[in-house]
Amino acid sequence: MDIAVKNAGGAQAQAAPRYPLSLRINGQPYELEVESWVTLLDLLREHLHLTGSKKGCDQGQCGACTVLVDGRRINACLSLALMQQGREVVTIEGLAEGARLHPLQRAFVAHDALQCGYCTPGQICSALGLMNEGQARCRDDLRELMSGNVCRCGAYPQIVDAVEEVMFGSAGAEERDRPVIVGMVPA
Amino acid sequence: MNERIHDLQTPVADAGTGFVRVGMPVSRVDGRAKVTGEARYAAEHPAHDLAYGVVVGSTIARGRIAGFRLREALAVPGVVEIITHENRPRMRSFDLFYKDMTAPAGAPFRPLYDGEIHFSGQPVALVVAETFEAARYAASLVAVDYLPQQHETNLMSQLARSHKPKPLKAGFSPPPDERGDAEAALLAAAVRIEAEYYSGVEHHNPLELFASTVIRGEDGHLTIYDKTQSSQNSRWYVSRVFGLGKDKVTVRNPYVGGAFGSGLRPQYQLPLAVMAALQLRRSVRVVLTRQQMFSLGHRPETLQRIRLGADRDGRLRAIVHEAVAETSCYEDYVEVVVNWSGQLYACDNVKLIYRLVALDQSSPMDMRAPGAAHGVHALEVAMDELAWALRLDPLELRLRNYAEQDQMKGLPFSSKALRDCYERGARRFGWARRPLAPRSMREGSELVGWGMATGTWDAMQMFARAGAVLHADGRLVVSSAATDIGTGTYTAMCTLAADALGLRLEQVMFQLGDSNLPVAPIEGGSSHVATVGSAVAGVCAKLQKRLFRMARRLHNSPFAKARFDEVEFAGGGLRLRRQPSVAMSVEEVMAAAGEAAIEEKYLMLPKVLKQKKYLRATHSAVFCEVKVDEAFGTVRVTRVVSAVAAGRIISAKTARSQVSGAVVWGISQALHEETHADHRLGRFMNHNLAEYHVTVNADVRDIDVIFVDEDDRVVSAIGAKGVGEIGIVGVAAAVCNAIFHATGRRVRSTPMTPEKVMAPGGDVSVSAAL
Repeated sequence: MDIAVKNAGGAQAQAAPRYPLSLRINGQPYELEVESWVTLLDLLREHLHLTGSKKGCDQGQCGACTVLVDGRRINACLSLALMQQGREVVTIEGLAEGARLHPLQRAFVAHDALQCGYCTPGQICSALGLMNEGQARCRDDLRELMSGNVCRCGAYPQIVDAVEEVMFGSAGAEERDRPVIVGMVPA
Repeated sequence: MNERIHDLQTPVADAGTGFVRVGMPVSRVDGRAKVTGEARYAAEHPAHDLAYGVVVGSTIARGRIAGFRLREALAVPGVVEIITHENRPRMRSFDLFYKDMTAPAGAPFRPLYDGEIHFSGQPVALVVAETFEAARYAASLVAVDYLPQQHETNLMSQLARSHKPKPLKAGFSPPPDERGDAEAALLAAAVRIEAEYYSGVEHHNPLELFASTVIRGEDGHLTIYDKTQSSQNSRWYVSRVFGLGKDKVTVRNPYVGGAFGSGLRPQYQLPLAVMAALQLRRSVRVVLTRQQMFSLGHRPETLQRIRLGADRDGRLRAIVHEAVAETSCYEDYVEVVVNWSGQLYACDNVKLIYRLVALDQSSPMDMRAPGAAHGVHALEVAMDELAWALRLDPLELRLRNYAEQDQMKGLPFSSKALRDCYERGARRFGWARRPLAPRSMREGSELVGWGMATGTWDAMQMFARAGAVLHADGRLVVSSAATDIGTGTYTAMCTLAADALGLRLEQVMFQLGDSNLPVAPIEGGSSHVATVGSAVAGVCAKLQKRLFRMARRLHNSPFAKARFDEVEFAGGGLRLRRQPSVAMSVEEVMAAAGEAAIEEKYLMLPKVLKQKKYLRATHSAVFCEVKVDEAFGTVRVTRVVSAVAAGRIISAKTARSQVSGAVVWGISQALHEETHADHRLGRFMNHNLAEYHVTVNADVRDIDVIFVDEDDRVVSAIGAKGVGEIGIVGVAAAVCNAIFHATGRRVRSTPMTPEKVMAPGGDVSVSAAL
């Protein structure tokens, strides 16, 4: 299904020119006309009403807007929508199959890996991207590789439990403590 | 019958969740809505013909606006209007109309009321456009001419002009009068310690940006989705500021992306969005930027001095605790910083002083455990200093000074299981193996230290109403204008109601987050479960009695001869306690009685006369392990055990997350958080999440939460006290004390950043003056 998207202003004259944009979001093709200054995050939230991706800083510092583009996690606030021409975007709305939650979503609920829930979609998308990257071997790796997503409620231990359970099959197995490892987070 | 508000997003537990009891670890009923992205926050509610407002903030800290140059901004295509104090719609002038339910003494800030500038970043204009992007661009083109005046934002240079604060703020108590003769007792004490403690400005930084979406109905009614800790507080504020009747405004907050105190007062995006909606007669959304949120209010910079005197065996002879904090020039923001020092330990000679310095800042705001987070921190670090001066185990020192009762009026505690917290926390942590001397433990390149501290917070209760409608099919809808900022209100209330009526959790819906619901207080001060929960328990008790009467009156009723106290509600209905096979489901009773639905309402008023006979507080014992790399000054908090006594725990899983999350806050306070000002400009400089550091995942390892048994029916009818604040109190002190144990260095200012931890000489003092 193709959806033509109008700006909130509707028929009113808009001086900023619009450009065609074709991309898939959560498996669905979109043919859009978008002003060049619209970020991917604002396209999702304000134009398509996919408000599951959150805006927490709008400058790539909090991770709440994390989505997957061709399977890689990115901050949607740091990308202009037009840069995603032809890409496959997956947001939190695209993970569950009907009422059936994605295993990460189930694990987040089971471990209470959320409180206010505002960072949660970004955390889950980030965890999916982390799993795709295939770098994490233990809980310390998870902690490091999930550190681009701020959770102000402080649900970090439960987030690690949830991701560990989905990635490694069990939660709570603690490996030997080791000092900080830097430089693992992919740029 | 007010069945429920149908267009208000309300979560329900997943089908198959089943029967629950109070205290069980129930999964968050709003979990599904939050992990799927379905939960909509303040900026996420759609509206037809929505306009976007972007705020322009002042670039000076004090002065007047001379004028605006708006031509360029107005020329941006899509810009609809630029609202300033010169063209805003009518708003009330008297200060009183701007006082929200949590306002301190003074004259509240009135956004866009006039051209006076009170603080840097103060909103001076709202640019409204057809798109967010056009509004944002145009806002960058707004030029403002100022007549600046000399500002003062530096607390440390202004200590000499401190004043005694006006105490008028809900929940605040000024320091009590001196008891005994503290100075004389200090002089006579065998052992004395004296130190200053400094804590910088902190900002709440909830992850959701402050936002208001004002949806204007065809009849002019305003439905406002606002980021707030009380829909009714925001509704009251909007009604009074703009002279709009209660029936003209509805405020909603079904989902709130964290707040931590920053949503207690209506924030300026709310009146600005309402102004635009009134002026333009259309729906408007205003979302603040992360940078702008640093002008909303903050935990105040505070300098404290503590002097302790003790006998050689460690018994406290004197406590003197003085604090000076900053406030704005228009309000006396007050919080309880020093009073805890007269309450936590047995001591006959106590002097407590709390003063404020007015600066050209926005008013500080309650931030998680306001006052206690840094006030108890200072006391608990001082206690550790005293323990080392006495060469006494820090836990033993606290046990020797255990307060058995309130020391001002001789009142008993309503409950106080702090001894259990010490004992169970110490055992879980392995405290008994701790060597007394600092620098005793090392692992590779890191020094290892163990520290502990006590925490305390008030156990408060306010008043609330709750409504409940039980349907013939066994569905129960309970409602109150409460709030869930991530604390677990939905889950705790559904659990209480499901347990009371013996229903499956998925049969119960709790509606909150709409100002038209039965009255509830702000969600703050760790009082929400004790308050709203008791109202929910009250309304469910009325439903129980009603159902029982209905069942007993039925023809051939199995309960014909039963008394109410002989039945219990479980398994989907009521049954005889002694003979559970004699049972009727709720559906059977409703069908037999021919009722489609029954409704009850309940007003919960605190039992003030009884409560006044007791000192009501929560307590905790925090134990912590740090590893310090001395060469770099880096501190890792590798293990925290927090044992909490907070009354009966209603919802074990969400309560645990509250305390665990608060421990993360404590680590953040200890090691990361500080807002730095450039006093030449009078403004906060690191106003973003890259430069304002908060704890991230890699900073946190093991957090172990223990709830010790308490059941306090003085604080609340359901036995609960509250867990929102207690988890943070004492954590930073435990970290500080562990750093001392690891390194022998005492860091007396927070955050304890590497340059302080590795500073030569050991002691890190903050200032000579107080």
